[in-house]
Amino acid sequence: MSSTPVTATINEDQVEFLCQSDQTLLEALRDVVGLTGVKEGCATGDCGACSVILDGRLTCSCLVLAPEAAGATIFTVEGMAGPDGLHPLQQSFLEGAALQCGVCTPGFLVAAKSLLDRRADPSESEVRYAIAGNLCRCTGYDKIVRSILTAAEDMKKAAEEKEKV
Amino acid sequence: MLAGDGDRKVYAGATDFIPQLRMGRPEPDYAVDLKRIPRLTGLRLVGDTWVIGAATPSIRLTEEETLVADLPGLVEAAALIGSDQIQSRASLGGNLCNASPAADSVPAMVVNEGRAVISGPNGTRTIPVASVVTGPGRTSLAKGEFVVEIEFDRPPARTADAYLRFIPRTEMDIAVVGAGARLSLDEEGRCVSAAVALGAVAPTVVRVPAAENALVGRPITDSALEQVAAEASAACNPIDDKRGTKEYRRQVAGVLAVRALKLAASRAANSTR
Repeated sequence: MSSTPVTATINEDQVEFLCQSDQTLLEALRDVVGLTGVKEGCATGDCGACSVILDGRLTCSCLVLAPEAAGATIFTVEGMAGPDGLHPLQQSFLEGAALQCGVCTPGFLVAAKSLLDRRADPSESEVRYAIAGNLCRCTGYDKIVRSILTAAEDMKKAAEEKEKV
Repeated sequence: MLAGDGDRKVYAGATDFIPQLRMGRPEPDYAVDLKRIPRLTGLRLVGDTWVIGAATPSIRLTEEETLVADLPGLVEAAALIGSDQIQSRASLGGNLCNASPAADSVPAMVVNEGRAVISGPNGTRTIPVASVVTGPGRTSLAKGEFVVEIEFDRPPARTADAYLRFIPRTEMDIAVVGAGARLSLDEEGRCVSAAVALGAVAPTVVRVPAAENALVGRPITDSALEQVAAEASAACNPIDDKRGTKEYRRQVAGVLAVRALKLAASRAANSTR
């Protein structure tokens, strides 16, 4: 089978890679591009460990064939931390002990970011619905939900502080 | 392209397609991604008809305020298909052609008398959505044909739809029973026309004309709805599986049909169109 060249914008960098037509975006991101923050859990779209934001939409990268990424804009967990350090969501996950084994964490962070991008001030119920596509077998979810709500508050406060200055 | 030799498959969001390959279904020789065809991804109002591209992701439906106001039940059904991740990919065309008896959007499409525009090597034809699925995993589409778009007429005055799904949890599950309903009321609140369709209780979605006839020409009373429940239960031909027994599905189908009708009736009564 011949390889397909794909050019995509990944975490704001233009990236070119070669993929097979029966390879998923998850496999290409991990094995070709080297972004191993994207995890394989179920590989059938149920667990959310492979979540990325593809052209502005939260997506399971295991359900995307790699050639489909041509021309796409992709955001993975590797794009979260900024030059000043961790993203507020990452910080609150750490402080709130919202992870144990950590395999699901990149997916949760990306799903939570996708929610906060759309809705800066979500209710607890909105948070729970927004992470319904992400499975965690360690934490029981409560600390994850709390950490997302805390991060939303922190980000709101930071934005208000910024406005005052 | 699809009519050539070998096994050729189309896919839209691939939310069923890729998992099926993982489960061991043979890989096709060619897999054709429909999402790059502009007509297949998007929705538009043409005169008084909604035209929804077959590969349009469900989330787009929920973002279209006029569509939500016109066909709330259809949008609710599409919005029940999987998580946010799946909503970004799953489509009405895919949900229909995957031909699962439990597909959430199909009863809602059927009560709204949706039409599937089908394209193939011999041209284009339009058939009722209700005639697309012929059995679990089987459709009436010929080799080389695929659904291009799905059409719905905008509802007339005092008309509304609803879709309810029963699952043992609040999110992320496959229907034990799904019930779509649509009602038109006259100014006195009498039922002018009714449609009831049930999912996950037979090899294909079932319309329940007996339940519909029990309502037409009458106000929506408890006694009429009791008859609807009995007819809905009687129309089921379910299987026993881990999600529910036959008896349980029959019982739930009656209850859910009534609840969907009540919701559609309250929407129709408050409709501003």
